[in-house]
Amino acid sequence: MMDIPYTVEVRRDTGLTNGKIGIWLFLASEVMLFGALFASYILIRVGAESWPHGYTILNIPLATFNTIVLISSSVTMVMAWASLMRNRFGAFRMYMGGTVLLGLVFLIVKYFEYSHKFHDGLFPSTNNFLAIYFTLTGLHMLHVLGGMVVNAWFWGPGAKLWKTNPVWFTNRVENSGLFWHFVDLVWIFLFPTLYLL
Amino acid sequence: MASEHASMTSDHAADIDRHVRVYIIVFVALMVLTIITVAVSYLHLPVAGAVTVALLVATIKGALVAGYFMHLVSEKKLIYAVLVLTVVFFVVLLALPTFTHSNGFWIDE
Repeated sequence: MMDIPYTVEVRRDTGLTNGKIGIWLFLASEVMLFGALFASYILIRVGAESWPHGYTILNIPLATFNTIVLISSSVTMVMAWASLMRNRFGAFRMYMGGTVLLGLVFLIVKYFEYSHKFHDGLFPSTNNFLAIYFTLTGLHMLHVLGGMVVNAWFWGPGAKLWKTNPVWFTNRVENSGLFWHFVDLVWIFLFPTLYLL
Repeated sequence: MASEHASMTSDHAADIDRHVRVYIIVFVALMVLTIITVAVSYLHLPVAGAVTVALLVATIKGALVAGYFMHLVSEKKLIYAVLVLTVVFFVVLLALPTFTHSNGFWIDE
């Protein structure tokens, strides 16, 4: 059977594994996806007669809590990878499990935020602020969910690869980590621009 | 394969320990910056000041995440090349609505 090339050893010309280039190209496309929505947000906001302050509509303490949750999950993610680099699979399981759980906490808090808004009759169709708020945070939430699915796979059944090809597994975890940190990075900009300004 | 990996990890064990210490420092810095950005928002500064502070703090936080958690401080040239290209297109993307709004180059209102 043909193996997938450059999963473990790096290519001479790039100095990288193919997976790593792949994930960075994907993240570049993600920058443009979120960038288009941020640009739309700026356009709608500066063109509006009046614009509500995020803090008059949204719940700052909840979002601050969620910011802390997501940053913590980035730390557990990078610690999961570092644990594999140190050959400590047990520690990897613990940190990766923590990362998935923190992602779940983020989604639960977001569920309460959304349902509270719906309960108050605030929908994406209510005004432009809520439209852009739900679009940006909704897309971000889908990314959190996607990252959780991949991380849960590596925590569970996907971890079998550790026994047969530990370097490949470590590289996979590093790549899913790059995605997870990107999702954290997007939230670092969403939080102040939507909630605090 | 396993033995290769073991030798790799022992070579890098000291490196990784140093990385882990940096991760913890970055984590503390991110928490402090989060508290700062929330605290400043309660001051209800004028819009220009509030936007400047919020974006400045967010940029520092983003740079810490990208630099240390995503290891961009020591990455290969090809990744930097991809990111330079991304930044150029990203800036154009954000500049488009700005020009449009200010009755600038392309749109006459």
